[in-house]
Amino acid sequence: MINVGDILLNLWEGSGFNAIFSGFTTGGWQNLVMLIIACVFLYLGIVKKFEPLLLVGIAFGCLLSNLPLGGLYHQELWDAFMNPSSPMYHSYGEIMREGGLLDIFYIGVKTSLYPCLIFMGVGAMTDFGPLLSNPKSLLLGAAAQLGVFVAFFGGILLGFSGPEAASIGIIGGADGPTAIFLTTKLAPHLLGAIAVAAYSYMALIPLIQPPIMNLLTNPEDRKIKMVQTRAVSKTEKIIFPIVVVIFVALLLPDTAPLIGCLMLGNLFKETGVTDRLSDTVQNALMNIVTILLSTAVGATMVGSTFLTANTLKIVVLGVVAFGISTAGGLLGGNVMCKLTGKKVNPLIGSAGVSAVPMAARVANVQGQKANPSNFLLMHAMGPNVAGVIGSAIAAGFLLSVFG
Amino acid sequence: MMLASSLDSIGIGDAAVVALLGYGVVFFGLILLMIVVTIMGKIFIAKDKKAAEKAAVAKTAVSAIPTAAPAAPAAAPAVAPGSAGQLKLHDVEPKTAAMLMAIVADKMGKPLNELRFISIKEVK
Repeated sequence: MINVGDILLNLWEGSGFNAIFSGFTTGGWQNLVMLIIACVFLYLGIVKKFEPLLLVGIAFGCLLSNLPLGGLYHQELWDAFMNPSSPMYHSYGEIMREGGLLDIFYIGVKTSLYPCLIFMGVGAMTDFGPLLSNPKSLLLGAAAQLGVFVAFFGGILLGFSGPEAASIGIIGGADGPTAIFLTTKLAPHLLGAIAVAAYSYMALIPLIQPPIMNLLTNPEDRKIKMVQTRAVSKTEKIIFPIVVVIFVALLLPDTAPLIGCLMLGNLFKETGVTDRLSDTVQNALMNIVTILLSTAVGATMVGSTFLTANTLKIVVLGVVAFGISTAGGLLGGNVMCKLTGKKVNPLIGSAGVSAVPMAARVANVQGQKANPSNFLLMHAMGPNVAGVIGSAIAAGFLLSVFG
Repeated sequence: MMLASSLDSIGIGDAAVVALLGYGVVFFGLILLMIVVTIMGKIFIAKDKKAAEKAAVAKTAVSAIPTAAPAAPAAAPAVAPGSAGQLKLHDVEPKTAAMLMAIVADKMGKPLNELRFISIKEVK
């Protein structure tokens, strides 16, 4: 005779509810808090539309990895993977054998495959024409990396180690794939917090940047109309990615994976003979990698590593990094405005943070508020795409120092 | 890379040096790139200018050749065969119709004057 009571008892004891409540004081509360945080992120992604393409996946990955007994993600496997004295040290075979679904997804993050493929898609969607027609905008892309290094310094002051502070600082580059690439190499235990901070602040650029723009530029300069830049030939656009990859990868070989993929994607777009590849990289591949990347990054947000004071510090340093990067770009814009005899609108400097094309749109909107007949979008795209290259160089430098 | 082990727990002074050096390296890299892009642009501008000058010289030479008879009027641009006809619009604004026709032409990769639209009707 089947004992229904025993069956029900076994079911209860094998359930995640029991795991949460029976082990409430030993980690169950962390699971519960992380599930609430995941739901808040889902709300922000779905209702508030904060970078929904990434935040929804990140939040759901977080939800899945914090369901007790689900076995989708095993933090302890990755701890052993990173421990030189463990037999599992750097053994992807063990991860494949012992890991869950999200562990297998995470291999793509760990090997830097996903950030590089995302960069390929970004390259295929980027028009470097505005940068080529006004090469000086590269200086604004450099100036806007100020926040990376100020936040790095701030991280050291707050007690983070060098590699951790470098990973936090790169949030100021406003470039998600670069932040994930660098953090995976230098401080993988901070990946969840850094990825969430980076993508959240990128979504908040229209709120973060305008007050800083108004503070650091004067109303007269904001009205400046910039003249139309020259047309760029197709040949120039084809040669550019090849030249960039040679120069930047020779200067900082650690940037080769990111810059190489960015420029390969761009070359697919510009050659005119690889339209099918360009289309695949921009759409199908980009979407598939976004799904894998976002859920895998979300899965690293387990209570034991996420619910710490360090996460709060990262959130604060992240916003500081964004703000100072914006300020750095604007200061560069002001200098350029003065040196060119008011031919450059300083607002385009703020687009030097590489959140493409959001930062350029914000510069355009602020310019139109000052002068409704002002169209800064194409002028701001130059510093904007320069920021992508600038943040990759900053990441390459930090990797060469701490990697 | 050789610095990595010694910089894992770096002091404030060293961090300041790394930050300044890093910012400098970013500027150096992008300035280098700016120089290369500027040179590349100048080469292309000069090439375009040369090509334009050559074309202008060729045009002048052609116009200098004496002609016995007055030049024939320039041929009219080729017109697509057939008439564009009358387009019937049902519950569609002319502006929307123009936009739709442009999109269809773009997607088909054919010039608009080679396509014939008979009617556009909004499906409700």
